[in-house]
Amino acid sequence: MIETVVIGVSAGGLKALTAILPSLPADFGLSLVILQHVRSGSGRFLCEHFNRICAIAVKDATDKAYLEQGTAYIAPAGYHLLVEDETTLALSTEPPVCFARPSIDVLFETAAEVFEDRVAGVILTGANSDGAQGLAAIKAAGGLAIVQDPKTAESPTMPRAAIKATKTDHILTLQEIAFFLCELSEAKGDLKSCTNPNGANNVV
Amino acid sequence: MNEKDLKALELDLLLESIQRRYGYDFRHYAQASLKRRVASMVNLLSLEHISEIIPQILRDDSVCNDFLRVMSITVTEMFRDPDFYALIRTKVVPYLKTYPALKIWHAGCATGEEVYSMAVILKEEGLYQRTQIYATDFNNESLDVAKAGIYPLDRMRLFMDNHNRSGTTSSLTEYYTADDDSARMSDALRENITFANHNLVTDGVFGEMNLILCRNVLIYFDKMLQNRVLNLFRDSLSHRGFLCLGSKESLEFSPVAQEFEAVSRHERIFQKRGLPKASSLAGGRGGD
Ligand SMILES: C[S@@+](CC[C@H](N)C(=O)[O-])C[C@H]1O[C@@H](n2cnc3c(N)ncnc32)[C@H](O)[C@@H]1O
Repeated sequence: MIETVVIGVSAGGLKALTAILPSLPADFGLSLVILQHVRSGSGRFLCEHFNRICAIAVKDATDKAYLEQGTAYIAPAGYHLLVEDETTLALSTEPPVCFARPSIDVLFETAAEVFEDRVAGVILTGANSDGAQGLAAIKAAGGLAIVQDPKTAESPTMPRAAIKATKTDHILTLQEIAFFLCELSEAKGDLKSCTNPNGANNVV
Repeated sequence: MNEKDLKALELDLLLESIQRRYGYDFRHYAQASLKRRVASMVNLLSLEHISEIIPQILRDDSVCNDFLRVMSITVTEMFRDPDFYALIRTKVVPYLKTYPALKIWHAGCATGEEVYSMAVILKEEGLYQRTQIYATDFNNESLDVAKAGIYPLDRMRLFMDNHNRSGTTSSLTEYYTADDDSARMSDALRENITFANHNLVTDGVFGEMNLILCRNVLIYFDKMLQNRVLNLFRDSLSHRGFLCLGSKESLEFSPVAQEFEAVSRHERIFQKRGLPKASSLAGGRGGD
């Protein structure tokens, strides 16, 4: 059963997230943690922007924030965002990892450690390779690995690196990712009752 | 026992060893970051398992020092979050100006940049001469850097930009002297600063403060320890004293939240509520 979804995105993120988040219903049954690389200071803008256009609640991920379903938590600029335990997020100012703070790897690795097979990791467009290690950690812990199809990504480097680092479960367009997340929520996180979004023609 | 439980046991034993041998208590530090840093310690010592640190750390203080260094995250800068300092000027300084003498405590001051930033503000606002500043941390190496007040010159660009965005009318260059590669904070800024070792987990109240800054320290603690430290701050604050936290930290998980009102919710500036007067029960306006 998937309980939480972590999404990592970099260059081209605003557009990519705008293609996914507004499609999720207000009663979305999972919690979402979103890490978009941003310049410091611009984090609050993302939060306000998505709150205006989304049915789900969108919150700034403050220290020890309580993880609730139907809510998306946006990583603040300048801090690492970590999953502390099954109900809590945490922040830290440890040095950047591979030049990134927040680092997608740090978020995904801590999510894998806490949730094991109950987390889905999603890597979207980006011009670096942050998140590849993290997605591999999620996969190794039994979780689900989803990557935006590099052919459809504004910046394909990050999706490509993630696909190279681990055996991804699904490689999808943004619309397919949105559809899959809705289905996953309706199935209360039960993967077995979701249709295979890759169909026959999209196998790696 | 599975690998995860075994690791948790090893971690518990390590933290207990350090607590009993050296008195440093990390048992209520936030887990996710703690685990990452212990893993980096395992790497640093070229070991395989957490439990292998134990025999080394028990017999060798230098390993304990390495551990403290790994545990103490010292990332900081002058005028970090310029908007915060701008609000200190407009919302807190006018209040402080009504007191003849002031005490300020920087808890978890790391290498001191925050302390000198506040000292600059106090100078600019004409409050410095009446203020005693206490700057504490549990990391002596950081405190030494803080006392020296010497920073790499290439950091000053950022510090000056931040200062300019804090609502200042003066230039930061008035407060330091530069040589080829470093900047030294002026003696006029240090006069009233006392740097001292203080561990927020194990040490207590040491004075009555008008303003406490504890920024980006509580994020390393679990909720229980956050609550304990917030109680320590409440007990250390004078009547209507101010408490400033890091911009992503919150009071809301602690019952002490009720004893504070927000001066700026967004910049995490709080003020201790006045004691309710008998008259305020009869419909008087409480708090602000
Ligand atoms: C990230 S720095 C914060 C520096 C500064 N306040 C700022 O916001 O820029 C965190 C500091 O907390 C200190 N610290 C951690 N645990 C502590 C404890 N138990 N007692 C006192 N200081 C502690 C660390 O040594 C480190 O210097």
